[in-house]
Amino acid sequence: MRIDAKGMHYRQLNKIIREAVAQGEKEFELDNVGGQRYIGDGISENVKITINGTPGNDLGAFMNGPRIIVNANAQDGIANTMNAGEIIVHGSVGDIIGYGMRGGKLYIKGDAGYRVGIHMKEYKKQIPVIITGGTAGDFFGEYMAGGIMILLGMNGKNPIVGDYVGTGMHGGVIYIRGKVDPYHLGKEVSCLELNEEDTKLIGSHLKEYCEYFGFDLTEVMSGKFTKLVPLSHRPYGDLYVY
Amino acid sequence: MESQLPAEFIVNVNHEKCRRCKRCVINCSFSAIEFKDKVTPNHRLCVACHRCATFCPESAITITENPLTYKYGYNWTPEIRKNILKQAESGGIILTGMGNPQPYPIYWDHMLIDACQVTNPSIDPLREPMELRTYLGAKPEALEFDGEHDNVSLRTELAPQVKLDIPVVFAAMSYGAISLNAHKALAMAARRMGTLMNTGEGGLHEDLADYTDRIIVQVASGRFGVTSKYLNNSALVEIKIGQGAKPGIGGHLPGEKVGEDISKTRMIPVGTDALSPAPHHDIYSIEDLSQLIYAIKEATDYKKPVSVKIAAVHNVAAIASGIVRSGADIVMIDGFRGGTGAAPMIIRDHVGVPIELALAAVDERLRQEGIRNRASILVGGSIRQSADVVKAIALGADACVIGTAALIAIGCRVCQKCYTGNCAWGIATQKPELVRRLNPEVAADHLCNLLTAWGHEIQEVLGSLGINAIESLRGSRERLRGVGLNQEALDILGIKHAGIGQ
Repeated sequence: MRIDAKGMHYRQLNKIIREAVAQGEKEFELDNVGGQRYIGDGISENVKITINGTPGNDLGAFMNGPRIIVNANAQDGIANTMNAGEIIVHGSVGDIIGYGMRGGKLYIKGDAGYRVGIHMKEYKKQIPVIITGGTAGDFFGEYMAGGIMILLGMNGKNPIVGDYVGTGMHGGVIYIRGKVDPYHLGKEVSCLELNEEDTKLIGSHLKEYCEYFGFDLTEVMSGKFTKLVPLSHRPYGDLYVY
Repeated sequence: MESQLPAEFIVNVNHEKCRRCKRCVINCSFSAIEFKDKVTPNHRLCVACHRCATFCPESAITITENPLTYKYGYNWTPEIRKNILKQAESGGIILTGMGNPQPYPIYWDHMLIDACQVTNPSIDPLREPMELRTYLGAKPEALEFDGEHDNVSLRTELAPQVKLDIPVVFAAMSYGAISLNAHKALAMAARRMGTLMNTGEGGLHEDLADYTDRIIVQVASGRFGVTSKYLNNSALVEIKIGQGAKPGIGGHLPGEKVGEDISKTRMIPVGTDALSPAPHHDIYSIEDLSQLIYAIKEATDYKKPVSVKIAAVHNVAAIASGIVRSGADIVMIDGFRGGTGAAPMIIRDHVGVPIELALAAVDERLRQEGIRNRASILVGGSIRQSADVVKAIALGADACVIGTAALIAIGCRVCQKCYTGNCAWGIATQKPELVRRLNPEVAADHLCNLLTAWGHEIQEVLGSLGINAIESLRGSRERLRGVGLNQEALDILGIKHAGIGQ
């Protein structure tokens, strides 16, 4: 189904999509998207949505299965509390992406804003993955409780990531391609060298990522990665007295 | 180092009566009673939960406050001295449970309800129908109809509404803070009484899937167990911003409570801390709040009312106005005496505003701005009895929320040790051997009895007021009078002093 979203209110656009999904439609192409919010919100069917234009905030919020491809930049709150599915952005994105994300993949070609992947969680085999090709802002992985984040810094900008990386982190793992000065890190994370398993894990995720965006996997993998993990699963366990 | 804190309570065992059945030893979940030739208490560990005394077949146990007298000091109370000792020994934030126990004014107890005499006759609720039904949700500015006479239909499109048979709903208490059996009891009672229970922020256990039309599902900053299925399997969705017992403070379920079942419901690994910090890190403005409200409305196809829960704080009226304007269908305000499973004592005892004043201020503000119809107001934060419900509704609430009162109904002794996970009554614990002590069927009966009794009492008061529907009392502050309140409090509450007629 092809929809011209020019000038359309998000409520109308999303209603058309929801109703078509209920009717069994599997593929959508949205043209002239200009800031419409909540595209893909709460949809549980395995549909494909291609967005030509810039979607608005909360793209794929509470989403549980669809595959969304954005052929432009995207805004804030992508993959908010997303449970499953895939979002591929051929551009840069705004703030608080992947908030409370619990499953699925979010691949960004360019840069990301502040507070990427905060409260990300994992449960058993459901492990969310966010890969960002460029740089990211402050509070990367704040309160992260699970999942995998990979930051590649391939746009040559410095620093790769802002301050307070992994503040309050108590689960999951962050890989940053490049050196991260300790003063950027939150006090709840520790910095490690990659082991063989890490390299394998990064490689398997980056293979798909590079295919989507046409990057050279060998070149991407040739960079030196830093691994960040939480010091404890109970960062605030000793704070209280009974 | 052995603590120098004296025991808070003394367990007295009458050894002449005691027949050494050891029931007390088995029942004490705080290890305060051992058996060494005879029943031997460890006074320091006693929390006065009454479990041993209740189950002693010979009534041989009594618990008293430790009579150890401190040199009198109005300023340096024994409690303050004990807290200093505790912190000197540990260096920790003092953690506590349940609601604020400090002797702040309780405004409910300074308001009196009107009644009819002679000229405006009262109604006998035993003979006449008395309507307690309440609908939660946004109401339209006006109603428009099509057709006329016998063939009339409503043209105005109504926002989603949730029907309550009694204007009392159960408060948000998460699975994690309380046990699954307690959650089951609340859900069963909510269904039988035509009211609602609230999951709190810990997700919805699969055993409660049958009760979803009677369940408020909560979305807090940690987003535990929140999926589109969770949002849709509900009576309504609540965004938790704050809690009366700990305004501005987040939730924190310690890792040791996150066992297999909690892990599955919250969708986090076993043994990790479940952190739900304040604030939501994607909400820094009314516009951001609006974004989440509509994300939820989109995910539920605009079929569920969305509530926003906040703690009563100084600027609550302006905040509530913003919440209504951001698109919420319900504003839930939690007063500073509201309960909690765990909160820093400094916050619980010193932060917030009494619910009576907050409610009056919010209702007044929304009326002044002409937006009171756009959201229902739910209030909690120590609703202790049906009289409090009546007074709250007269002040402008649509319905009340009860947490502690519901827990007391199912056995809670308000010992304030919820955060230890050792609740002897099977309520605030996840230990299977303790959870088993709470029979959900029996507990549900008790909850139904409590609400039935309150319902009758509310009907009695309505009858004496000469009205036959709770709707006629809502926001009718003229039917309240203050006693022993200063002019400023009366002005905020919007009521006259007792003794003043019309």
